[in-house]
Amino acid sequence: MVKPIILRTAGTNCDLEIEWACLKAGATPSRVHVSSITSKKVNLLDYDILIIPGGFSYGDDLGAGKVLANEIMLKFGDLIEKFREKERPIIGICNGFQVLVKAKMLPFWNKQTASLVWNDSGRFEDRWVYLRVEKSISPFFRNMPDVVRFPVAHAEGKFILKDGVSLKKLEKNKQIVLRYVDPSGEISSYPYNPNGSISSIAGVCDESGLIVGMMPHPERAVLNVHKPDWLRNNAKDGYYSGFQFLKNVIEYCL
Amino acid sequence: MAKAEKIKILDCDDNTLMEISKNGLLSLSIAEMRRIQKYFSEIGREPTDLELEMIAQTWSEHCFHKTFKSEIKYTEVLADSIPTTVEIPSLFSLIKAATDTLNKKWCISVFRDNAGIIEFDKSNCICFKVETHNHPSALEPYGGAGTGIGGVIRDILGAGLGAKPILNTDVFCFGPLNISHQEIPEGVFHPKRIFKGVVSGVRDYGNRMGIPTANGAILFDEGYLYNVLVYCGTIGIMPKWAVEKKVKPGHLIVVIGNRTGRDGIHGATFSSASLEKDIPTSVVQIGNPIIEKKVLDALMLARDEKLYSAITDCGAGGLSSAVGELSQDCGAIVHLEKVLLKYPDLKPWEVWISESQERMVLAVPPRNFSRLKEILDSEDVEYACIGNFTSTKKIEIYDEEDLVGNLDLGWIFQKGELPVLEAYFEERKTVPIMPENIDIEEVFLHLISDNVIASKELVVRQYDHEVQAHTVIKPMLGVEGIGPSDAVVLTPLYDSYRGIVVSCGINPWYGMIDPYHMAGCCIDEAMRNIVACGGDPERVSLLDNFCWGNCNDSLELGKLTRCVKGCRDFALEYGAPFISGKDSLNNFFTEQDKTIVSIPGTLLISAISVIKDVRKTMSSDFKSVGNLIYILGETKNELGGSRLFHVLNIEGGCVPKVKPEINLSVMKKLYNAINQGLVRSCHDCSEGGLIITISEMMIGSGYGAEIDIEEIPSDIKDPVAVLFSESQGRFIVEVDESCVDRFEKLFQNLPCACIGRIIPAFHLKVFSGDNQVLSVDGEEIKQKWCGALEW
Repeated sequence: MVKPIILRTAGTNCDLEIEWACLKAGATPSRVHVSSITSKKVNLLDYDILIIPGGFSYGDDLGAGKVLANEIMLKFGDLIEKFREKERPIIGICNGFQVLVKAKMLPFWNKQTASLVWNDSGRFEDRWVYLRVEKSISPFFRNMPDVVRFPVAHAEGKFILKDGVSLKKLEKNKQIVLRYVDPSGEISSYPYNPNGSISSIAGVCDESGLIVGMMPHPERAVLNVHKPDWLRNNAKDGYYSGFQFLKNVIEYCL
Repeated sequence: MAKAEKIKILDCDDNTLMEISKNGLLSLSIAEMRRIQKYFSEIGREPTDLELEMIAQTWSEHCFHKTFKSEIKYTEVLADSIPTTVEIPSLFSLIKAATDTLNKKWCISVFRDNAGIIEFDKSNCICFKVETHNHPSALEPYGGAGTGIGGVIRDILGAGLGAKPILNTDVFCFGPLNISHQEIPEGVFHPKRIFKGVVSGVRDYGNRMGIPTANGAILFDEGYLYNVLVYCGTIGIMPKWAVEKKVKPGHLIVVIGNRTGRDGIHGATFSSASLEKDIPTSVVQIGNPIIEKKVLDALMLARDEKLYSAITDCGAGGLSSAVGELSQDCGAIVHLEKVLLKYPDLKPWEVWISESQERMVLAVPPRNFSRLKEILDSEDVEYACIGNFTSTKKIEIYDEEDLVGNLDLGWIFQKGELPVLEAYFEERKTVPIMPENIDIEEVFLHLISDNVIASKELVVRQYDHEVQAHTVIKPMLGVEGIGPSDAVVLTPLYDSYRGIVVSCGINPWYGMIDPYHMAGCCIDEAMRNIVACGGDPERVSLLDNFCWGNCNDSLELGKLTRCVKGCRDFALEYGAPFISGKDSLNNFFTEQDKTIVSIPGTLLISAISVIKDVRKTMSSDFKSVGNLIYILGETKNELGGSRLFHVLNIEGGCVPKVKPEINLSVMKKLYNAINQGLVRSCHDCSEGGLIITISEMMIGSGYGAEIDIEEIPSDIKDPVAVLFSESQGRFIVEVDESCVDRFEKLFQNLPCACIGRIIPAFHLKVFSGDNQVLSVDGEEIKQKWCGALEW
């Protein structure tokens, strides 16, 4: 059985829906409070996948994800490093992505080359976006259509990079996993790019493809009835692409 | 801690008693002050400041609902009939009578806990509560609204043994956003500032709590310039075994969550008075959603391990109210020095009545306390055991060694002699004159961009409406995700398609003409919204929230009484019981020249229906070109209180009057039709009339519509009245040609007619027989509707 650990703390919100989706995908997930790891009640290395879910960890005080990023790196960075060395997937969604970027785990290990900053609109926005599944080195995006729809719900989701060189490197390494596009799959402006991200980047992976972060929420696109237009195409039964993504991560560990 | 003081009242005359009440911001009447004086002279001592504060808080309108509990002598003068005077035992008894008569088996716990509790499935219940936070939101919009939502979430955490919040709702009434600064009265914020503050406050608190905010309404009217209305609702799910709470002597009183400070002192008594210039903002509470989220996470763990036997939230009145209510039937000893404080030097009474947020009070059997501490520690939640429950029927409050409060619980919670209130309502018939030669296109474009009607996307998008991944019918739908939804549909449990449909109905403009029919319209609207989304009209529960003006005035109280009568009558007619409710009175402002400005009497009806399968629900966006457009329900000349009359500046007229028998039959058939798959889209007709409904269905789809108003079941000929009438009980329904026979058969003998067709061009064309009445490009409609509301 694949054992994902869903790391939660004060202000984590999306842990229950990820737990459910993991269960449905055949894994045995555990929701674990960060205090159980710092107090050594739970050993991170007993798990196969680390998932950092969405929410407002510690209220996003000091910037989204910053406090949890520091807590992870300063209190158990060594465990994270071992987890990575063992080539186990680390997934950050929304606030989890913000944490991974601010903990310098994405897009390049131990280098702060990117950040997630305030949306161009200056406001929190919840909307369903179209995402192009890019040809990347990450093994978690197989068996998915070219364009999928997940919702975004964030205020600080604009992905920015330190310089143009970093962008070239990401593209060359195939580290961009998802891009915001219009319904036809083309790069477009607001609201299709909901936050003004550089190069319409919605999600990236590290150089191994096993650490993945994204602003959109696959765990809210698990069932067909989660889609905002399910009544238009009458696809009411069964699973949708968000489920496929989580299934891919779990099956990778089998 | 500073010391408690004795207040000398035993030898005071009436004037001095009232001075004590006024200077202490106690909001106690002379009759109440005399009652207190009598109690203390009988026990032979002066009260402490803490005791007076506790009494004032317990008896405040906000906590005790004196107006709703009082007997009322009600005189009603309706046009064309003889005046009648009746004695009503109390307004609350009217509401409760409807629920008692209907006696629905799904009502598990109504009107007694922190929220109404109904059955969801064999092993789970749903609870629903709507609160208001009006006065604080007027003084400090961001903090006031945020703590409004924080407070109602705690009501759900404190219902039974606690429910998991799964949905927030919000309804706001603001002054007009475009009003010039010169027109703003002294001591009042500009509506724009209040609007942005309130929306941001609800957004930041609700989003951080991880609870979707996915249903509501926003209204604008000059009547809310002085007093804004902020309704916040929360729905939760709980296992059936957690419905009952039981306090036993010997159980520990444990306060968890936030520390206690000076914020929100006198919140309860202040919300029982009018607003004035220069009210201290210390009466407004300060919120911290992350503390509340930690409390929520910890409570769900502790509840499922059954570690506590009762719980309630610290809301208005703080510890005084929470401990008071829990110990009502037994007694309690409290040690104030054990309460965790934000900073030192609070006076004992300040600790006792502070309304610091994010605090819950638990009754914990002593054997469970160590396990509870483990959970609270691991979730990083602060706590203090401040005393224990007793069997003395007294509340004894200590500050270290000092006994600073010692009151008889039976006496303090006893309904005192409430005066009989006089209420008077007189119907005024007006015959409004419609101007001739109305330019229909001009009026239509004006209406579609009217802030009351226009898209609320700007606000809705700022709320996370799908965290928890339960939301199936979202607030914004359709091709581009900009079409409006009538209600929200959720699946409260993972792994089950069983769902709830949640909606609301509100229209203060009808109430300005006749509050009785406003109640009918609000109930009908809430029911329509439920049914339009596929909800079951025979499984609806309602919540009533009254926000009213100065009820010391018999005319205002008359309107309120007439409204409550409407609630009772129409709840009975529709077979929908009230499960919870709240009144917020005294929403008025006293100007410096002592003029009193009351809000328009405003009733919010919230509705919830349980359905078996969310896959059989419906959305409002048109689905396919060529499909037929039907109207259900009759269109009558009912323009009183309509948006049309608002735009044309016409007062009076006939408000819509609901016909429960026909409307309910239509709703039942429509529910049936949606379940059978005969309907492709459906939207109810409300503010602005049927033409607004059709426009919104177009916007959701990008398709156009062509209709002939001569086909509409109606006894009126004037196209203006037909297009903009706000008659209740009406729906616009899209039907595929292949389903027409079955659909029409369902609605035999009911008002139902095919009025047009969906066309490929994004254009609205309205004919009256061969004459074109209106022809507008869809893009223009969309831009006006989507772009009206500005941040």
